[in-house]
Amino acid sequence: MTKLTIKGRAIKLGDDISTDDIIPGRFAHLRSNLPELAQHVLEDAVPGFTAKVKSLLQEGGNKAILVAGRNFGLGSSREHAPLVIKMSGISAIVAQSVARIFFRNAINQGLPVLLCDTSDIGDGDLLEVNLGDGTVANLTSNLRLHCNRLPPIVSAILEEGGLVSYIRKHKGFVLD
Amino acid sequence: MGKTLAEKILSSKSRNDARAGDIVIADVDLIFVQDTTGPLAIRQFKELGFQSLAKPRRTIIFLDHAAPSPGQQLSNDHILLRRFAQEYGCHIYEVGEGICHQLVAEDFANPGEIILGADSHTVTNGALAAFATGMGSSDIAVALALGKTWFRVPESFLILLHGTFPRGVFAKDLILHLIGEIGAEGANYKALEFAGEGLSQITMSDRLTIANMVVEAGAKVGLFPSDDITRDFLRQQGRARSYQPLFPDKEANYERIISVDLGQLKPMLSLPHAVDNTVAVSEVKGVKVQQIFIGTCTNGRLEDLAVAASILKGRKKKPGVRLLIAPASRQVLSQALQQGYIKVLVEAGATILPPGCAACLGLHQGVLGDGELCLSTANRNFKGRMGNPRGMIYLASPATAAASAIAGEITDPRDFM
Repeated sequence: MTKLTIKGRAIKLGDDISTDDIIPGRFAHLRSNLPELAQHVLEDAVPGFTAKVKSLLQEGGNKAILVAGRNFGLGSSREHAPLVIKMSGISAIVAQSVARIFFRNAINQGLPVLLCDTSDIGDGDLLEVNLGDGTVANLTSNLRLHCNRLPPIVSAILEEGGLVSYIRKHKGFVLD
Repeated sequence: MGKTLAEKILSSKSRNDARAGDIVIADVDLIFVQDTTGPLAIRQFKELGFQSLAKPRRTIIFLDHAAPSPGQQLSNDHILLRRFAQEYGCHIYEVGEGICHQLVAEDFANPGEIILGADSHTVTNGALAAFATGMGSSDIAVALALGKTWFRVPESFLILLHGTFPRGVFAKDLILHLIGEIGAEGANYKALEFAGEGLSQITMSDRLTIANMVVEAGAKVGLFPSDDITRDFLRQQGRARSYQPLFPDKEANYERIISVDLGQLKPMLSLPHAVDNTVAVSEVKGVKVQQIFIGTCTNGRLEDLAVAASILKGRKKKPGVRLLIAPASRQVLSQALQQGYIKVLVEAGATILPPGCAACLGLHQGVLGDGELCLSTANRNFKGRMGNPRGMIYLASPATAAASAIAGEITDPRDFM
């Protein structure tokens, strides 16, 4: 089960972060060695990314939340992209917009993705993401952002922690 | 109210009145993985606990992205995939047979079908009026087991084509122009549907090039109607019986209509590091290149090699420039040999790579060095795409690539035609 609220520090990225930025093809030989692959997540786009997530997680009880601009995750269908983002310690993604395949892959990996105007969120801001009502509270600036509602099937997959768990439970897709 | 092609196919496969915005569960006709996404899909399939494939005869594994394998880990991934194919009785296309999307077009795709691939360029087979779209490994694992998936029915953009291509302008220039117009996420979650009298001039090879790149505008699918060109292609590939005409309804609802006069297009090019960063070739003439790559699921077909050969015939590539050419499939290579194109290309100084993805995604066969510039006929020029974040990738047509190989710098193909 995915937790309904996630409180954590923002790691801010820009627009158009592609799956080649997240996990380049040159590491394709590590795709059957996920812990090793996860060491390289976002290393070309954000030098020191994994160390930054680790240091955020070490300070008192907070999670790490990836905050992106437009068209996050464009490009390849490699599900390794959201998978290694999650493995690096990120608990949710908040973005202005997300490429279609990446969005579905992240949900299928049980990694929440919320869409809202992220332009006023600063790097290091303390956020509280509420999956229940689809809001992001910025506790640093005291602003509350409203996100796009997720279709029921997407929420249901997320609630089960991902698609594999969802299908193991329901033995198929269930539409209301 | 009439229906778009996307609504028609999703209605038929979900046995529902599917309209843009609806969520439907639909039957999948063909499911495939390739060697960089397949291993994860297989592990997830096993985790799901299903004992068999829903459609083993319509399930395919392609070994094309790392082919032949450049390293032991990828070789071991190939072993995993071969064992799965043997154990579960699905098709496998070995190293050297070609790129998944080209082989799906040659051997499998039919109008009106739903095709899922664990590869974003699965959209290529929208050229055959199939609702073909890419998904990640989890969705593919579930489709392997259930033979179904869920879709949000997309809104559609209508792309109306008029006129004919002028000299030196090709399908690649059209789709680069469109992506520049729409933007890299301008069609996110949408279907692009191609129509207009200009379609009668757009060959199947061109349609595959165009549909291949709709994902670079964010689109979920790029659909051509099933018409006489589709019928002739299916007949030529031995699938005449799979032909059925398929057109959108006249009163279908489109979110946006974009008209293109093919006669007004120019040779186009995408600058690093974004596909929608397009300019006319004439604006960047003279930029020095170290590598030229002709091939991929975008532009590795017989017509592409024919154009390159026609420009390179009796000429030589610039000394010091690497000219890499990878046919999209064994059929393409074999026909290019018969037609004499390969001889022309080799005599012009080209290195012929085995059918497969080759240099496109940075695994092998043409990784860029620091600061090097490659003019490629592929579909992506993201930073790091060709194996080095310090490499620069320009995207263009095979004609522009061939002309630039001769000059050693970015060149308008019309200078050599």
